[in-house]
Amino acid sequence: MELAAAKMIGAGLACFALAGAGVGIGLVFAALINSLARNPAAQVTPFAFLGFALAEATGLFGLLIAFLILFVF
Amino acid sequence: MAAAETNPLHQFAIERIIPLHIGRFDVSFTNSAAYMVAAVLLVTAFILLTTRHARLVPGRWQSVTELSYEFIANMIEENAGHGSERYFPFIFSLFMFILLGNLLGMIPYTFTYTSHIIVTFALAAIVFIGVTLIGIARHGVRFLSLFVPHGVPLWLMPILVPIEVISYFIRPFTLSIRLFANMVAGHTTLAIFAGFVVSLGIFGFLPLAVTVALILLELLVAVLQAYVFAILTCLYLHDALHLH
Repeated sequence: MELAAAKMIGAGLACFALAGAGVGIGLVFAALINSLARNPAAQVTPFAFLGFALAEATGLFGLLIAFLILFVF
Repeated sequence: MAAAETNPLHQFAIERIIPLHIGRFDVSFTNSAAYMVAAVLLVTAFILLTTRHARLVPGRWQSVTELSYEFIANMIEENAGHGSERYFPFIFSLFMFILLGNLLGMIPYTFTYTSHIIVTFALAAIVFIGVTLIGIARHGVRFLSLFVPHGVPLWLMPILVPIEVISYFIRPFTLSIRLFANMVAGHTTLAIFAGFVVSLGIFGFLPLAVTVALILLELLVAVLQAYVFAILTCLYLHDALHLH
Protein backbone atom coordinates (compact mmCIF):
# COMPACT_ATOMS: atom_id res chain seq x y z
CA MET A 1 0.00 0.00 0.00
CA GLU A 2 2.86 2.37 0.83
CA LEU A 3 4.39 1.50 -2.55
CA ALA A 4 1.22 2.49 -4.42
CA ALA A 5 1.00 5.74 -2.46
CA ALA A 6 4.69 6.47 -3.08
CA LYS A 7 4.17 5.91 -6.83
CA MET A 8 1.32 8.44 -6.87
CA ILE A 9 3.39 10.99 -4.94
CA GLY A 10 6.38 10.39 -7.19
CA ALA A 11 4.32 10.84 -10.35
CA GLY A 12 2.91 14.08 -8.95
CA LEU A 13 6.39 15.35 -8.09
CA ALA A 14 7.69 14.46 -11.57
CA CYS A 15 5.03 16.74 -13.07
CA PHE A 16 6.77 19.73 -11.44
CA ALA A 17 9.07 19.67 -14.48
CA LEU A 18 6.19 21.13 -16.46
CA ALA A 19 6.40 24.34 -14.42
CA GLY A 20 9.78 25.00 -16.02
CA ALA A 21 8.41 24.26 -19.47
CA GLY A 22 5.55 26.67 -18.81
CA VAL A 23 7.96 29.44 -17.79
CA GLY A 24 10.14 28.70 -20.80
CA ILE A 25 7.32 28.73 -23.36
CA GLY A 26 5.93 31.90 -21.79
CA LEU A 27 9.33 33.61 -22.08
CA VAL A 28 9.71 32.51 -25.70
CA PHE A 29 6.37 33.91 -26.81
CA ALA A 30 6.71 37.04 -24.63
CA ALA A 31 9.99 37.75 -26.41
CA LEU A 32 8.33 37.05 -29.78
CA ILE A 33 5.50 39.52 -29.07
CA ASN A 34 8.01 42.10 -27.80
CA SER A 35 10.18 41.87 -30.86
CA LEU A 36 7.25 41.88 -33.29
CA ALA A 37 5.73 44.91 -31.51
CA ARG A 38 9.01 46.82 -31.78
CA ASN A 39 9.76 45.75 -35.34
CA PRO A 40 6.86 44.11 -37.19
CA ALA A 41 9.20 43.29 -40.11
CA ALA A 42 11.47 41.11 -37.95
CA GLN A 43 11.82 37.55 -39.30
CA VAL A 44 11.92 35.84 -35.90
CA THR A 45 8.85 33.57 -35.88
CA PRO A 46 10.73 30.38 -37.00
CA PHE A 47 13.23 30.89 -34.18
CA ALA A 48 10.36 31.35 -31.72
CA PHE A 49 8.85 28.01 -32.73
CA LEU A 50 12.25 26.35 -32.51
CA GLY A 51 12.60 27.75 -28.98
CA PHE A 52 9.06 26.64 -28.15
CA ALA A 53 9.84 23.06 -29.23
CA LEU A 54 13.11 22.94 -27.28
CA ALA A 55 11.51 24.40 -24.12
CA GLU A 56 8.50 22.10 -24.36
CA ALA A 57 10.71 19.01 -24.76
CA THR A 58 12.46 19.57 -21.40
CA GLY A 59 9.11 19.66 -19.60
CA LEU A 60 7.92 16.54 -21.40
CA PHE A 61 10.93 14.61 -20.05
CA GLY A 62 9.37 15.08 -16.59
CA LEU A 63 5.87 14.19 -17.80
CA LEU A 64 7.32 11.04 -19.39
CA ILE A 65 8.85 10.02 -16.05
CA ALA A 66 5.42 10.49 -14.43
CA PHE A 67 3.79 8.24 -17.06
CA LEU A 68 6.52 5.64 -16.66
CA ILE A 69 6.01 5.58 -12.87
CA LEU A 70 2.23 5.31 -13.21
CA PHE A 71 1.87 2.79 -16.04
CA VAL A 72 5.09 0.80 -16.37
CA PHE A 73 6.55 0.12 -12.92
CA MET B 1 -7.08 -8.36 -21.42
CA ALA B 2 -9.35 -5.44 -20.53
CA ALA B 3 -6.60 -3.99 -18.38
CA ALA B 4 -4.12 -4.05 -21.25
CA GLU B 5 -6.52 -2.29 -23.60
CA THR B 6 -7.27 0.54 -21.20
CA ASN B 7 -3.57 1.02 -20.45
CA PRO B 8 -2.55 4.24 -22.24
CA LEU B 9 0.82 2.66 -23.12
CA HIS B 10 -0.85 -0.26 -24.93
CA GLN B 11 -0.73 1.71 -28.21
CA PHE B 12 3.07 1.47 -28.24
CA ALA B 13 3.14 -2.34 -28.18
CA ILE B 14 5.14 -3.97 -30.97
CA GLU B 15 3.46 -6.97 -32.60
CA ARG B 16 5.04 -9.46 -34.96
CA ILE B 17 3.19 -9.58 -38.28
CA ILE B 18 5.51 -12.08 -39.99
CA PRO B 19 7.61 -13.95 -37.38
CA LEU B 20 11.14 -14.52 -38.67
CA HIS B 21 14.27 -15.73 -36.92
CA ILE B 22 17.78 -15.79 -38.32
CA GLY B 23 20.04 -17.70 -35.96
CA ARG B 24 19.63 -16.17 -32.53
CA PHE B 25 18.27 -12.88 -33.87
CA ASP B 26 14.61 -11.99 -34.04
CA VAL B 27 14.16 -10.17 -37.36
CA SER B 28 10.38 -10.45 -37.52
CA PHE B 29 8.44 -8.04 -39.72
CA THR B 30 6.61 -6.02 -37.03
CA ASN B 31 3.91 -3.36 -37.12
CA SER B 32 6.71 -0.83 -36.56
CA ALA B 33 8.52 -2.02 -39.69
CA ALA B 34 5.23 -2.02 -41.62
CA TYR B 35 4.62 1.66 -40.80
CA MET B 36 8.19 2.57 -41.74
CA VAL B 37 7.74 0.87 -45.13
CA ALA B 38 4.40 2.64 -45.53
CA ALA B 39 5.97 6.02 -44.73
CA VAL B 40 8.83 5.55 -47.21
CA LEU B 41 6.46 4.31 -49.93
CA LEU B 42 4.04 7.22 -49.33
CA VAL B 43 6.74 9.90 -49.59
CA THR B 44 8.41 8.27 -52.60
CA ALA B 45 5.12 7.72 -54.43
CA PHE B 46 3.90 11.25 -53.65
CA ILE B 47 7.06 12.93 -54.90
CA LEU B 48 7.32 10.72 -58.00
CA LEU B 49 3.64 11.12 -58.95
CA THR B 50 3.53 14.89 -58.41
CA THR B 51 6.68 15.58 -60.44
CA ARG B 52 6.04 13.05 -63.23
CA HIS B 53 4.46 15.63 -65.53
CA ALA B 54 6.30 18.56 -63.98
CA ARG B 55 5.39 21.94 -65.45
CA LEU B 56 7.06 25.32 -65.24
CA VAL B 57 3.98 26.72 -63.52
CA PRO B 58 3.26 24.10 -60.82
CA GLY B 59 -0.20 22.78 -60.09
CA ARG B 60 -1.46 22.24 -56.54
CA TRP B 61 0.15 18.87 -55.97
CA GLN B 62 3.43 19.76 -57.63
CA SER B 63 3.70 22.93 -55.53
CA VAL B 64 3.43 20.86 -52.32
CA THR B 65 6.52 18.91 -53.39
CA GLU B 66 8.30 22.09 -54.48
CA LEU B 67 7.44 23.88 -51.22
CA SER B 68 8.84 21.05 -49.09
CA TYR B 69 11.97 20.92 -51.28
CA GLU B 70 12.53 24.68 -50.98
CA PHE B 71 11.78 24.64 -47.25
CA ILE B 72 14.53 22.11 -46.53
CA ALA B 73 16.94 23.61 -49.08
CA ASN B 74 16.61 27.08 -47.48
CA MET B 75 16.96 25.63 -44.00
CA ILE B 76 20.20 23.84 -44.92
CA GLU B 77 21.63 26.89 -46.66
CA GLU B 78 20.81 29.22 -43.75
CA ASN B 79 21.89 26.94 -40.93
CA ALA B 80 24.65 24.71 -42.26
CA GLY B 81 26.30 27.34 -44.44
CA HIS B 82 28.57 27.05 -47.43
CA GLY B 83 29.40 23.58 -48.79
CA SER B 84 26.43 21.82 -47.19
CA GLU B 85 24.30 21.45 -50.37
CA ARG B 86 25.60 17.94 -51.01
CA TYR B 87 24.00 16.74 -47.75
CA PHE B 88 20.54 17.86 -48.90
CA PRO B 89 19.30 14.34 -49.90
CA PHE B 90 20.12 12.92 -46.47
CA ILE B 91 18.50 15.73 -44.49
CA PHE B 92 15.44 15.80 -46.76
CA SER B 93 14.95 12.02 -46.34
CA LEU B 94 15.49 12.30 -42.59
CA PHE B 95 12.93 15.11 -42.28
CA MET B 96 10.33 13.32 -44.42
CA PHE B 97 10.81 9.99 -42.60
CA ILE B 98 10.30 11.58 -39.17
CA LEU B 99 7.46 13.82 -40.37
CA LEU B 100 5.56 10.90 -41.92
CA GLY B 101 6.17 8.78 -38.80
CA ASN B 102 4.75 11.52 -36.58
CA LEU B 103 1.79 12.30 -38.84
CA LEU B 104 0.83 8.67 -39.54
CA GLY B 105 0.81 8.18 -35.77
CA MET B 106 -1.78 10.95 -35.40
CA ILE B 107 -4.38 8.79 -37.20
CA PRO B 108 -6.34 6.97 -34.47
CA TYR B 109 -5.47 3.28 -33.93
CA THR B 110 -2.19 3.53 -35.82
CA PHE B 111 1.31 2.91 -34.59
CA THR B 112 3.93 5.66 -34.17
CA TYR B 113 7.40 4.32 -34.89
CA THR B 114 9.05 7.55 -33.67
CA SER B 115 7.67 6.75 -30.19
CA HIS B 116 10.33 4.07 -29.74
CA ILE B 117 13.65 5.19 -28.33
CA ILE B 118 15.59 2.65 -30.39
CA VAL B 119 14.26 4.12 -33.66
CA THR B 120 14.99 7.73 -32.75
CA PHE B 121 18.34 6.79 -31.21
CA ALA B 122 19.36 4.95 -34.38
CA LEU B 123 18.50 8.06 -36.43
CA ALA B 124 20.38 10.33 -34.02
CA ALA B 125 23.38 7.97 -33.95
CA ILE B 126 23.57 8.03 -37.77
CA VAL B 127 23.58 11.84 -37.65
CA PHE B 128 26.16 12.00 -34.84
CA ILE B 129 28.60 9.44 -36.30
CA GLY B 130 28.22 10.85 -39.81
CA VAL B 131 28.78 14.46 -38.70
CA THR B 132 31.81 13.51 -36.59
CA LEU B 133 33.37 11.58 -39.49
CA ILE B 134 32.73 14.50 -41.87
CA GLY B 135 34.43 16.86 -39.39
CA ILE B 136 37.47 14.59 -38.94
CA ALA B 137 37.78 13.94 -42.68
CA ARG B 138 37.62 17.65 -43.43
CA HIS B 139 39.79 19.12 -40.67
CA GLY B 140 41.82 16.23 -39.29
CA VAL B 141 43.33 17.07 -35.90
CA ARG B 142 42.05 20.66 -36.12
CA PHE B 143 38.56 19.22 -35.57
CA LEU B 144 39.47 19.07 -31.86
CA SER B 145 39.47 22.90 -31.79
CA LEU B 146 35.67 22.52 -31.71
CA PHE B 147 36.07 21.73 -28.01
CA VAL B 148 38.10 24.89 -27.27
CA PRO B 149 35.91 27.99 -26.97
CA HIS B 150 37.24 31.25 -28.46
CA GLY B 151 38.34 34.28 -26.41
CA VAL B 152 38.32 32.57 -23.03
CA PRO B 153 41.12 33.11 -20.45
CA LEU B 154 43.49 30.17 -20.17
CA TRP B 155 42.72 29.39 -16.53
CA LEU B 156 39.08 28.69 -17.42
CA MET B 157 40.05 26.04 -19.99
CA PRO B 158 40.22 23.05 -17.59
CA ILE B 159 36.57 23.73 -16.70
CA LEU B 160 35.22 24.69 -20.11
CA VAL B 161 36.84 22.04 -22.30
CA PRO B 162 35.30 19.08 -20.40
CA ILE B 163 31.92 20.83 -20.51
CA GLU B 164 32.25 21.27 -24.29
CA VAL B 165 33.30 17.62 -24.70
CA ILE B 166 30.36 16.38 -22.62
CA SER B 167 27.90 18.62 -24.44
CA TYR B 168 29.23 17.25 -27.74
CA PHE B 169 28.91 13.58 -26.80
CA ILE B 170 25.50 14.05 -25.20
CA ARG B 171 24.06 15.27 -28.54
CA PRO B 172 22.76 11.92 -29.88
CA PHE B 173 20.98 11.31 -26.56
CA THR B 174 19.27 14.71 -26.34
CA LEU B 175 18.38 14.57 -30.03
CA SER B 176 16.74 11.14 -29.75
CA ILE B 177 15.12 11.59 -26.33
CA ARG B 178 13.56 14.92 -27.39
CA LEU B 179 11.67 13.31 -30.29
CA PHE B 180 10.83 10.12 -28.40
CA ALA B 181 9.61 11.93 -25.26
CA ASN B 182 7.43 14.31 -27.27
CA MET B 183 5.75 11.48 -29.11
CA VAL B 184 5.24 9.21 -26.09
CA ALA B 185 4.05 11.99 -23.77
CA GLY B 186 1.70 13.42 -26.41
CA HIS B 187 0.11 10.12 -27.35
CA THR B 188 -0.19 8.99 -23.73
CA THR B 189 -1.88 12.27 -22.76
CA LEU B 190 -4.32 11.87 -25.67
CA ALA B 191 -5.13 8.30 -24.61
CA ILE B 192 -5.69 9.32 -20.98
CA PHE B 193 -8.06 12.18 -21.87
CA ALA B 194 -9.86 9.97 -24.40
CA GLY B 195 -10.36 7.41 -21.60
CA PHE B 196 -11.99 10.12 -19.43
CA VAL B 197 -14.58 10.79 -22.17
CA VAL B 198 -16.15 7.36 -21.61
CA SER B 199 -15.72 7.11 -17.84
CA LEU B 200 -17.22 10.55 -17.04
CA GLY B 201 -20.54 9.74 -18.75
CA ILE B 202 -22.62 12.86 -19.39
CA PHE B 203 -19.78 15.21 -18.44
CA GLY B 204 -17.61 13.52 -21.08
CA PHE B 205 -17.84 16.55 -23.36
CA LEU B 206 -15.28 18.38 -21.16
CA PRO B 207 -12.41 15.94 -21.77
CA LEU B 208 -13.62 15.63 -25.38
CA ALA B 209 -12.99 19.36 -25.85
CA VAL B 210 -9.57 18.96 -24.25
CA THR B 211 -8.82 16.05 -26.59
CA VAL B 212 -9.71 18.12 -29.67
CA ALA B 213 -7.40 20.93 -28.48
CA LEU B 214 -4.65 18.42 -27.68
CA ILE B 215 -4.90 16.87 -31.15
CA LEU B 216 -4.32 20.32 -32.66
CA LEU B 217 -1.30 20.79 -30.37
CA GLU B 218 -0.01 17.32 -31.23
CA LEU B 219 -0.28 18.03 -34.97
CA LEU B 220 1.80 21.17 -34.39
CA VAL B 221 4.29 19.18 -32.30
CA ALA B 222 4.51 16.42 -34.91
CA VAL B 223 5.59 18.88 -37.61
CA LEU B 224 7.71 20.93 -35.20
CA GLN B 225 9.70 17.98 -33.87
CA ALA B 226 10.55 16.78 -37.37
CA TYR B 227 11.68 20.37 -38.11
CA VAL B 228 13.70 20.54 -34.88
CA PHE B 229 15.42 17.22 -35.63
CA ALA B 230 16.33 18.41 -39.13
CA ILE B 231 17.47 21.88 -38.05
CA LEU B 232 19.66 20.50 -35.24
CA THR B 233 21.21 18.11 -37.76
CA CYS B 234 21.99 21.19 -39.89
CA LEU B 235 23.54 23.01 -36.92
CA TYR B 236 25.70 19.99 -36.03
CA LEU B 237 26.74 19.76 -39.69
CA HIS B 238 27.66 23.46 -39.56
CA ASP B 239 29.95 22.79 -36.58
CA ALA B 240 31.66 19.94 -38.44
CA LEU B 241 32.05 21.89 -41.69
CA HIS B 242 33.11 25.29 -40.34
CA LEU B 243 34.26 24.71 -36.71
CA HIS B 244 32.14 27.49 -35.03
